[in-house]
Amino acid sequence: MSNDDAELLQEFAVESQEHLADIENQLLTLESQGENMDVALVNTVFRAIHSIKGAAGFMGLDTLGGLAHRAEEVLGLLRSKDLRPTSLVINTLLRAADRLKELIDEVENSNGQDVASHIEALEKILSGDLSDDSPSVVPAVAAAPVQAPTPASETTPSTPAESTIATSIVDEPTVAADVATESQTSQREFLIECFDNLEQIERDLLLLEKTPASETIINALFRSVHSIKGASGYLGFKKLEQIAHAAESLMSGVRDQLFPFDAQISEALLGSLDVQRKILHAIEATNSEGQEDHQFTIDFLGAILSVKVPKSPAPVKNTKAPKAETKKAAVVPPQSAVVPAVSAAPAQPTAPAKTPSPSNSTDPANDPKKADPKQAAGEASAADSTIRVDVSLLDKLMTRVGELVLARNQILQFNSTIEDAGLQNAVQRLNLITSELQEGVMKTRMQPIGNVWTKFPRLVRDLAAMCEKQCRIEMEGKETELDKTIIEAIKDPLTHLVRNTVDHGIEKPEVRQQVGKPIEGCLTLRAYHEGGQVIIEIVDDGGGLNFERIKSKAIEKGLIGAEEAARMLDREVGNLIFLPGFSTAEKVSSVSGRGVGMDVVRTNIEKIGGTVDLQSQTGKGTTIKIKIPLTLAIVPALIITADGDRYAIPQVNLLELVRLEDQAHKPSIEWIHGAPVYRLRGQLLPLVSLREQLGLQGSGLTGHEECLNIVVLKADDRQFGLIVDRINDSEEIVVKPLGKQFKNVPVYSGTTIMGDGRVALILDVMGLAHSAKVISGSKGRAAAESSEHAANPSDTRQSLLILSAGDDRRFALPLSQVTRLEKLAIKSIEHSRNGEVVQYRGEIMPLTRLSNMMGIGSSCLDSDTLDVVVYTQDDRSMGLVVEQILDIVESEVSNSSSIVIHEHVTDLLDLSAMAGSVQSSY
Amino acid sequence: MTNTKQLCTFQLANQSFAVDALTVQELIRLQPMTRVPMAHESVRGLINLRGQIVTAIDLRTRLGLEKLAEDRQPMNVVVRSDEGAVSLLVDQIGDVIEVEDGCFEAPPDTLNGSAREFIRGAYKLADRLLLLLDCELAVQVSNDTSKSN
Repeated sequence: MSNDDAELLQEFAVESQEHLADIENQLLTLESQGENMDVALVNTVFRAIHSIKGAAGFMGLDTLGGLAHRAEEVLGLLRSKDLRPTSLVINTLLRAADRLKELIDEVENSNGQDVASHIEALEKILSGDLSDDSPSVVPAVAAAPVQAPTPASETTPSTPAESTIATSIVDEPTVAADVATESQTSQREFLIECFDNLEQIERDLLLLEKTPASETIINALFRSVHSIKGASGYLGFKKLEQIAHAAESLMSGVRDQLFPFDAQISEALLGSLDVQRKILHAIEATNSEGQEDHQFTIDFLGAILSVKVPKSPAPVKNTKAPKAETKKAAVVPPQSAVVPAVSAAPAQPTAPAKTPSPSNSTDPANDPKKADPKQAAGEASAADSTIRVDVSLLDKLMTRVGELVLARNQILQFNSTIEDAGLQNAVQRLNLITSELQEGVMKTRMQPIGNVWTKFPRLVRDLAAMCEKQCRIEMEGKETELDKTIIEAIKDPLTHLVRNTVDHGIEKPEVRQQVGKPIEGCLTLRAYHEGGQVIIEIVDDGGGLNFERIKSKAIEKGLIGAEEAARMLDREVGNLIFLPGFSTAEKVSSVSGRGVGMDVVRTNIEKIGGTVDLQSQTGKGTTIKIKIPLTLAIVPALIITADGDRYAIPQVNLLELVRLEDQAHKPSIEWIHGAPVYRLRGQLLPLVSLREQLGLQGSGLTGHEECLNIVVLKADDRQFGLIVDRINDSEEIVVKPLGKQFKNVPVYSGTTIMGDGRVALILDVMGLAHSAKVISGSKGRAAAESSEHAANPSDTRQSLLILSAGDDRRFALPLSQVTRLEKLAIKSIEHSRNGEVVQYRGEIMPLTRLSNMMGIGSSCLDSDTLDVVVYTQDDRSMGLVVEQILDIVESEVSNSSSIVIHEHVTDLLDLSAMAGSVQSSY
Repeated sequence: MTNTKQLCTFQLANQSFAVDALTVQELIRLQPMTRVPMAHESVRGLINLRGQIVTAIDLRTRLGLEKLAEDRQPMNVVVRSDEGAVSLLVDQIGDVIEVEDGCFEAPPDTLNGSAREFIRGAYKLADRLLLLLDCELAVQVSNDTSKSN
C-alpha cells in the first residue's frame, strides 16, 4: 500500500510538473494578448491547474490543492471575461505557479508549507481588488507590473505560440463552437489521455471483480474516471462529461463504502466505457461528439446508484464530487445544465437495472463502423501512436544497436572474402536493416529544442523588468530536433547567452528611442539543421559591441598587443570576449558589451564538439551563432594509426590532410629552434608528433622520414599539424565514455569499438593541443600571426595546381584559390545566352574553357567527362574546364608570370583577371 | 554462530588472493587489448566485453610485484566497481570458497609497500593464508601520481 502511494505521488509529481511547464508561457501569451486573449488558451491553463487541484485533493495534499484551487478560481474569472489578464493578474498567477512547482518538488512535505501570501494575493484579485499596492504580499511582483510591456506588446506581431493556435483555428472552421478554439494539439493530448484512462479503467474493473475490496484499485479507478470527467468538461465535450460524471458518482459510492462493488456495477461501468470510447472515436474523426443520445447510459448508471442508495444520491458524493461540482457551477455556467440531468436520474424508476444495457448491444454494430475509415486509411488512433518510455531503456537499446553495427561491420568484412551469392544477399539485407534500425533508435532520443526554450520567455520578461528594459523574444525552428544529451548540455550556455543579451545587448528604452529604434528590443532564437549539424542563433537588435572598448580592455589586460589590436578585424575583436579573464574585466567596468563568463559558455559548447561565433555591428545588434552536432552518440571520425594502434579523431576538429612524399630528397619540414613547422599555403603550421605526445616508441621527428602524413587540426582558433603513421579511413564511430581511471589523461575524449571488435581511443584534439603546448596562455597571438602571414604572401612557397589545356603548354594555379576539383559529365553541360553553364550545387555555374582562352584549338575530348577546376569569385562558383589536371607541387612563386616546375616552363594563371572577363559577359 | 561469505580466489605470484564473489561479474580468458598510452602504468589496456568497454588492470603491477613471465597468459577477473566494470589481470583463477568471518585477521603492521593499502587482511585457512583484496581501492587508478604533463 505505502509503495503504491509513493508511486502514485511520484506519478502525480511528474504529471503536474509537465502541466506547469507549459503554463508559464501560456500565461505570458495571455498577458500579451490583453483584451483579445484567446479563450482556448485560458481553457488550457485552467485545465492544467484543475488537474493538479483534482489530483492533489484526491491524494490529500491540501496545501497544494488549496493553492491550485485559488489559482483556478482566478482563471475562471479570466475565462468568463470578468477579469482582464493584466500584469498584476498574470504575475500573481505566475508566482502561484512557481510556488506550486516548489511544492511539487517536495511533494511529501508539501502539506505543512506556507502558501498564505499567494492565496491572499489570489483572493485579493478574486475580491475585485486590482490595485497593486500589495508589496508585502508578493514583493517581486509589485515591481514588475510597472514596466510590464502590456501596451507595447499589443502592437507587436504575434508570438509563435499565438500563431500556431491561430492557424489551427483556420484549419478546422467547421467544428462546434467550444471545440473550435481549442488547439489541435491539446485535443490530441486529451484523446490520448482519455484512451489511456479508459483502458486503465477497464483493466482496473476486471481486477476489481477479482478483489472487490481493494482500496488501491478503487481509488485508481475513481481517479481515472475523474480525469476523464474533468478534461472533457473543460474541452466542452458535454456528453462525455455527463457519462463520466455519472460513472464517477457510482464509483464514489463504492469508494466511500456505501455499498460494495459487485458484478452489476462492473457491468454498468464497462458498458459506459464502450460508450465513452465511441464518443472519443467520434471526436477524433469529426471533432464533435456525434449526434447520438447517450442519456440512457447516464440514466442507467444513475439508476444503479439510486438502487444501491435508495435515500438520495446527494450524500454519496460527499468528498470529491461536491467540490468539483460547486466550482464547476461557478466558473462554467453552461455545465450547470449537467447537474440537474444527473440528479434527475434517480427519480426515474429502476426498471432498466436488470435489462441488458442497450448501449452495450448497439456498440458492436456502431463502433467498428466509426473506427473503420481511420483504420482503413492506415492511421493509428491517437492513443496507439505514443507511449512513454524510460530513457535508460532507450540508452540500453542504443548500446545494443551499437553492438549490432559492429557485428554487421565484421560480417561485411568476412563477406568480402567469401564468394557466395546467397550470403551476399543476406549480408546486404542485414546491412540495410541495421542502418535503418540505428537511425530509428537515434530518432527516439531526439527532442525538439523548444523543450529548452520554453523557459526563456519568462526569463526574458523578468530580466527585462529588472533592468528596466523592454524586450520580447521570438523563436524560430522550435521543432528542430537534437539528441537528448546535447539538449541537456546546451541548456546552461543558452540560458547564459539569453540572459547576457537582455542584460547587456538590449539598450534602455530611452536610448533606443534616441537612435530611432522601436522601444521594445527583440531577441530572436533561431534553430535549424545545416550540413549534419544544428545551428542555433541568438540574434538581438541591441547596441552591439563596442569594438574599440573591447580592444582597449584586451590590451589593458595583456591579452593582445597594441599592434595586433590595430590589425584585428571587428569579427576577431568580437570573439575576444570569449577569452577567459576578459569577461570579468567587462563586468567590473560595466561597459556596454557582454561577457560574464562567456569563456565558460564557449568551453561548454566546445565540450560537446560545437563552436561559437559572434558577429556584431555597433549600434545594430549582435548575432551569436552556435554550431553543434546532432548527436554525441555517433560521430564521423578519421581513423589513423600510430605505432600499430588505431586512434579516432572527430571530424569536427579536422581541417585537411597533407601527405609529404620524398622527404629524403626534398625535406619540406623546417625547424624553428627545434620545433618542427611546415609551410601550409604560406603559413607556418606547427607540427606535433602523435607518437611523441603519446610517449610511444620512435617518437620525435628526425627530419629523415621518407614520407609524412599530417592531419591538420583546429583547436580554438589555432591550427596544428598532427603527424601520424598512417591515415586509414573515415568512419562513423559509436562514442563510448572513457573509464574513470583515465580522467587525468587529457589526450583522450572517449573510446569506440572498431569493425573488428577491437577498442580504439578517441583523441581529444583540445587536450592534445594543450599538452603539446600548441595553445598557450596568449591565445591572441594566433590571430595576429595568421594575419601577419596573410599580409605578405608573396615570395613564399605556394602549392600550385598544374594543368594542361590541350597542347604541351602547362599552366599553374595557386591551390589556395581553388575550391574543388570536379569531373563533370559532358551531358550535364547546358548552353545559356552567354555560353556554357552547368547546374552545380543548386546554382548555375558558368564554364570557361582554358583552351579557348589560351587560343588553343578547341580540344576534342574522347571521354564523357570534363575536368573542371571550381573556384569562387565574388561569392559565385566559376568553372574552368581543363584538359588534364597534372599535379600539385610546391614551389617558390615570384612575381613573374612564368616559373619553371619539373623542368617545364609553366604559366601562372591570374584567376581574377580571367574571371573578370567571364563575369563581364554575364 | 559466525557469518560466512563466498570468495572468489585467484593466484598472484604464488600467493592466494580473493575478492568477494558478489562483486565478480565474470571470469574470462585473456582478451585482445588496446593499450592506452599515457595512462597509469598498471593499466594494461581496454577490452571490448560484448560492447562494454572494460579497463584491464595488471594486478601484479598494481601490487608492486614483478611482471608475469612472457610465456604465461594472465586471466581476467571482471569485477563491478564504482568506476564501472574493471578487469583484474591475475595469474590463475582458483575456486570459489566459503569462509567464516571468524578466521579473518587484519594485515600485520610489518606489511608495507604499495600492497599494504590494497590488502584488507587475511583469512587463515587450514593450508594457506588467503589475502582479501580491496577491490574498490585497487581499481582506483588515476594518473595523478605517475607520469603527467
